[in-house]
Amino acid sequence: MDAIILQILNGLDKGSAYALIALGLTLIFGTLGVVNFAHGALFMIGAFCAVTLSRILTISHTVIDETKTDFLGNPLKVDVPYLYDIFGQATGDVIIDWAVPISILFAIPVMVGIGFAMERGLIKHFYKRPHADQILVTFGLAIVLQEIIKYFYGANPIPTPAPDAFRGSFDFGAMLGFDPNTIIYPYWRLVYFAFAAVIIGAVFAFLQFTTFGMVVRAGMADRETVGLLGINIDKRFTIMFGIAAAVAGLAGVMYTPINSPNYHMGMDFLVLSFVVVVVGGMGSLSGAVLAGFLLGILESFASMAIVLETLPGINQIIIYLVAIIILLTRPRGLMGRKGVMED
Amino acid sequence: MSNTKLTRRGLIKTGAVAGAAGLALPTYLRADGHAGFLNAPTGDTVTLGFNVPQSGPYADEGADELRAYELAVEHLNGEGDGGLMNTFTSKALQGNGILGKKVEYVTGDTQTKSDAARASAKSMIEKDGAIMITGGSSSGVAVAVQALCQEAGVIFMAGLTHSNDTTGKDRRANGFRHFFNSYMSGAALAPVLQNAYGSDRKAYHLTADYNWGYTTEEAVRTSTEAMGWETVNTVLTPLTQTDFSSYIAPVLQSGADVLVLNHYGGNMVNSLTNAVQFGLRDKQVNGKNFEIVVPLYSRLMAKGAGANVKGIFGSTNWHWSLQDEGSKAFVQSFGTKYGFPPSQAAHTCYVQALLYADAVERAGSFNPCAVVEALEGFEFDGMGNGPTLYRAEDHQCFKDVLVVKGKENPTSEFDLLEIVEVTPVEQVTYAPDHPQFAGGSLGTCNPGA
Repeated sequence: MDAIILQILNGLDKGSAYALIALGLTLIFGTLGVVNFAHGALFMIGAFCAVTLSRILTISHTVIDETKTDFLGNPLKVDVPYLYDIFGQATGDVIIDWAVPISILFAIPVMVGIGFAMERGLIKHFYKRPHADQILVTFGLAIVLQEIIKYFYGANPIPTPAPDAFRGSFDFGAMLGFDPNTIIYPYWRLVYFAFAAVIIGAVFAFLQFTTFGMVVRAGMADRETVGLLGINIDKRFTIMFGIAAAVAGLAGVMYTPINSPNYHMGMDFLVLSFVVVVVGGMGSLSGAVLAGFLLGILESFASMAIVLETLPGINQIIIYLVAIIILLTRPRGLMGRKGVMED
Repeated sequence: MSNTKLTRRGLIKTGAVAGAAGLALPTYLRADGHAGFLNAPTGDTVTLGFNVPQSGPYADEGADELRAYELAVEHLNGEGDGGLMNTFTSKALQGNGILGKKVEYVTGDTQTKSDAARASAKSMIEKDGAIMITGGSSSGVAVAVQALCQEAGVIFMAGLTHSNDTTGKDRRANGFRHFFNSYMSGAALAPVLQNAYGSDRKAYHLTADYNWGYTTEEAVRTSTEAMGWETVNTVLTPLTQTDFSSYIAPVLQSGADVLVLNHYGGNMVNSLTNAVQFGLRDKQVNGKNFEIVVPLYSRLMAKGAGANVKGIFGSTNWHWSLQDEGSKAFVQSFGTKYGFPPSQAAHTCYVQALLYADAVERAGSFNPCAVVEALEGFEFDGMGNGPTLYRAEDHQCFKDVLVVKGKENPTSEFDLLEIVEVTPVEQVTYAPDHPQFAGGSLGTCNPGA
């Protein structure tokens, strides 16, 4: 029982990341009809927003420490962040420690800007082209973006830790009456899950309860009619692209303490996120979220030692296996609607 | 004026004797010692092929390897401060290139993919005329390129490759490894772990699902079990895995009190980060502190894991903080040129380039079979690892191994590991037919032509 609870918890944060990326993907597909293979790159760029802000916060001047020597025997050069000069060391350390949550504020305008630039600069020219062309151009864009990141940040993962207050793990087992240490879960992963829930809730509320959202939903259902009513639906869809980019970016920002970001982390998530979208149903927002959590949890269960002993290698194919079964039994995915991608 | 009179019969006799003598001698001892093998240098230059990961996840390690090779070429050609040539016990190298020929080089990108690495090595051999291929940052690549060099008939001086198989079941006559291996890691680590954590421990292994992972798990498991540890479970993790939470979460439930991460590169960074996030190191199991072990450490990779490496034991081939004359000379030379200390990958690659050049000088020929003969059983010192033997039976270097620990209070971004013990070579030496290395044969050297 404790093992099952543990794997459900594990699946939740993985599912959160899948759900956030898939949500953006399906938003773009539902509004603009574009299959955006560069969406994983947006997740990666979001993560590098956190890295960049950490670096900005630690911009330093050099002080020579005569009492110590460097590896060549010269007096040691010590980097002192300018933040220490401005706020003092104690406050400076707190700001640097909280770099990842602060990055959310930094990442939103950056990601929305990148989303606008991508949509206006490249993707809008491919609206009327076949899906294969869209996939090729966005996939190419993803490769270009990750190579740019690699050029500036290198190929190695860059540690971007969570604030000290969120290090360590919470003992759910003790709380639920199990033995201590049987169900432990890192604090930051709980934060990630809660953050994902808030973002998903906010996107749904935005689409459901605002006039803007209503117009967008109407546009998703029947673009031409909305256009005939004199509404500039293209502009709204561009804004939705920016929002989808920001959602992916924020998912990336908050993911950095879970795994040190590197330039190809977007590709690691991209394929799985597409499977999530297809399983959830193309263009279905709630389907993407549901499938994200479902596949995340299934993947966790498939990684259990007892499962691997019975079915070796199942951890590597489980998601695709489930995708095949669902598509055979429900060709439109879990919550797909008639008419989407069926023209 | 000569009065020698050549007759037809005399000419045939002389020719027959010379021919017989010539056939009896190894190719490299004939008068045409610079011919009869692939890519024999004909002009006043010789080309070496540096096959390193320039793209992909190990690109930073590849960049450091390339820096080391460029430094080695400088030193071989008599430029710079001479680096390890000043401390190397063999004095065959004169700083005038190799056998008087200026050293030039070409580079290839392995991408840390076996097929790409073979293609780039093949191109350097066939198109650029490389006489020797060296470099790499993965055992899969090393084994693949070593086999290619054997078929082609050039020498392969392996870069960073730690799997037992490179000089075990996949060993080749044309291939040589300076880097240490999984067995040596296990043999060096076990006594240190016993001292630090005791003999009554239960270990849980997470192992990368490929060749290097298997040999490392086997080596560490065998060594730790021999000192009384129990292996509770071993779980293979996909090489492409990025989030290890679902593998790490059940560890505490298993009753294990030590987690061994047989992971390298991005896998190591992520699994270690995840394990620390789960608070494993803050837990008490079986009345003992829970511990984590990383059998193969790399400073470049440790950097990615940040503060998570603190206090965690592992092994490494070389570290810039060593205080022997060779290590100091190399750090000085590399640090002055590039502004930061070299990695273990840079060190092994630099040493391999010099060892190859030295072997050619001592053999007096670029012929791969002459180089093989010069390197087999070669004993040397002054290269940063103490007295070292290139064993003839498997082309593996035998030297001291370093056991290191993540430093608690690093003074810089390079100061991540501290040396806990220099394990003497006797403790990590094994028989050539040791079961962990069984099933391979060097075969005969191939000069290619």
